[in-house]
Amino acid sequence: MATTTAPTSSHRAEAHQQVKHRPDRNYRRRQRWGWLFVAPFALIFLTFLVLPLVFAFRMSLFTSTLATGDRFVGFANYAKAFTDPLFLDGLLTVAKFGLIMIPAQMIVALIAALVLDNLATWASKFSRLMIFIPYAVPVVIGALMWGFLYSPRFGPASTVFALFGAEAPNFLAQDSIFGSLVNIVTWQWAGYYMIIIYAALRGIDPGIYEAAVLDGASDRQIATRIKVPMISSSLVMVVIFALIGTLQFFTEPQVLRGVAQGAIPTDYTPNMYAFSLAFSYSQFNYASAISFALGIVVFVFSFFFLFLTRKQSGLK
Amino acid sequence: MALVTDTLDPKQQGGRGRSTASRTRARSGGPRIGSHIFLLILVIYFITPIWWLTVASTKDTAGLFSGSGGPLWFDDEFHFVDNVQGLFDRQNGIYWRWLGNSFLYAISGGVGATVLAVLAGYGFAKYRFRGRGAFFGVLLGAVMVPLTALVIPTFVLLSEVGLVNTIWAVILPSLLSPFGVYLMRVFAQEAVPDELLDAARIDGAGELRTFFTIALPLLRPAIVTVLLLSVVGTWNNFFLPLAVLSDPLLLPVTVGLNGWTALSNAGSGGEALWNLITTGAFISIIPLIIAFLSLQKYWQGGLSLGSLK
Repeated sequence: MATTTAPTSSHRAEAHQQVKHRPDRNYRRRQRWGWLFVAPFALIFLTFLVLPLVFAFRMSLFTSTLATGDRFVGFANYAKAFTDPLFLDGLLTVAKFGLIMIPAQMIVALIAALVLDNLATWASKFSRLMIFIPYAVPVVIGALMWGFLYSPRFGPASTVFALFGAEAPNFLAQDSIFGSLVNIVTWQWAGYYMIIIYAALRGIDPGIYEAAVLDGASDRQIATRIKVPMISSSLVMVVIFALIGTLQFFTEPQVLRGVAQGAIPTDYTPNMYAFSLAFSYSQFNYASAISFALGIVVFVFSFFFLFLTRKQSGLK
Repeated sequence: MALVTDTLDPKQQGGRGRSTASRTRARSGGPRIGSHIFLLILVIYFITPIWWLTVASTKDTAGLFSGSGGPLWFDDEFHFVDNVQGLFDRQNGIYWRWLGNSFLYAISGGVGATVLAVLAGYGFAKYRFRGRGAFFGVLLGAVMVPLTALVIPTFVLLSEVGLVNTIWAVILPSLLSPFGVYLMRVFAQEAVPDELLDAARIDGAGELRTFFTIALPLLRPAIVTVLLLSVVGTWNNFFLPLAVLSDPLLLPVTVGLNGWTALSNAGSGGEALWNLITTGAFISIIPLIIAFLSLQKYWQGGLSLGSLK
């Protein structure tokens, strides 16, 4: 292939110079094919992303009552949302989750990936797969399983703690539910992030380490001074994934709510609040405002983070 | 790594050099054992819940509460077959219907999203049409729009056109995968050389034929990755089907099992279906685990695509 392409392309360059008009017109006409390739996706994009967003925004500007029907209220729903203690508490909750959960997942994923990168045994290959497996388990099933494991009725906790002569804590009580949820999310996602980081580590040219070893660098120095900086764009991507996931926290607390009687209110996170407003109280206008407000918060946070890390991520 | 330090060791003469080298060598036995112990702990942590579920699927409800083997080991009695039979008996085997629905949604949504992503990613990477930069910028922003924020507006929108409570209410929104398009574009830019496309054009191939015969085979690793990601995304989806479906016969297995759990937790006269829930959950996680294990050579490299520059 290489032998045939090289002469053709040089030949084409000549032809290109001799008859300038025709290839140019062809070239420009060909670019329209781009739209045809993009069109099917663009249709779905408009219908299921742009349209719902516009629609939600429009809905959020109205209130609907049985007596008066739809009434335009401008930004009143937003004023209400950002002074609504239930929504603000929810935001605070997911912010707290973000502060604990994202570092927890990152630390487990990064250390596991660095350890795996240094080993090439069958045990390390096996471990890599096992650590990743929870990603293949649907979040609902993961939360259900942990609900069982936490449960004092079914779970092994009392047996395990009895081995150490201790009494098992109640994982589903009001003051321990936060940690229990952090654990579920870390279990579910750390393996996925680990694989992304691991693949990035594998992409580094090992020649770089040889130079560092010559200079007398230890494994730990190589990890912190060479490997981590070189995969910073992957790390930024993983943090963005984790950030977006955390701010829209819904499934795990929603599922665990049933098991942990009374420990998780229906307005625990903004998404749960919007869900219960819409489907328990039929307040679709206010729920849209909450959804939209949450969307804006997520968007601003991710953009802000990308801006802060623009050097590391290589995005400009 | 250890090999490199060992061969280098004799050459290191200076005091500082030697001490570092000997430290590396002294550690080279240690870290390996240490690393493996660390991995063992991680593996136990990540695998215990799945092990528990495997064991639990062989117990009846009484065994789940107070089995002879404890929560993490099999009981003397083996009830897996009874439980599977129970899944067939309960509400005329609605569980299998749910599992079938999950397959239908995940495969049609996943394949559809992948086809759209491949076409769009290739279009963005290989043509300079008007509005390309603007559209791609919007798309990058859309990667950061939380998809759950769209669920309630999508519900209202779908109910306006009468699609709520049909399979389309789950499948159509699942076709949206801005991240898949982004991955495809990044990959197509690197993996499909312009020269190859030009050569095909000079040979008289049309744009579509060039795409199908030249570009598509080169895109295969990214296609498998995007397909897996979008199948998993749809298979895992909970919020969307929970919101848009109310007919029990249309539910995917995630929402269905969650309903059974709520029923069992309600206690007071509510039926305890614990053994069916554990067995149903166990069966439902098998297909994806098999898919990941058998396709590992594709996704392991593919998942890091997004961070390529």
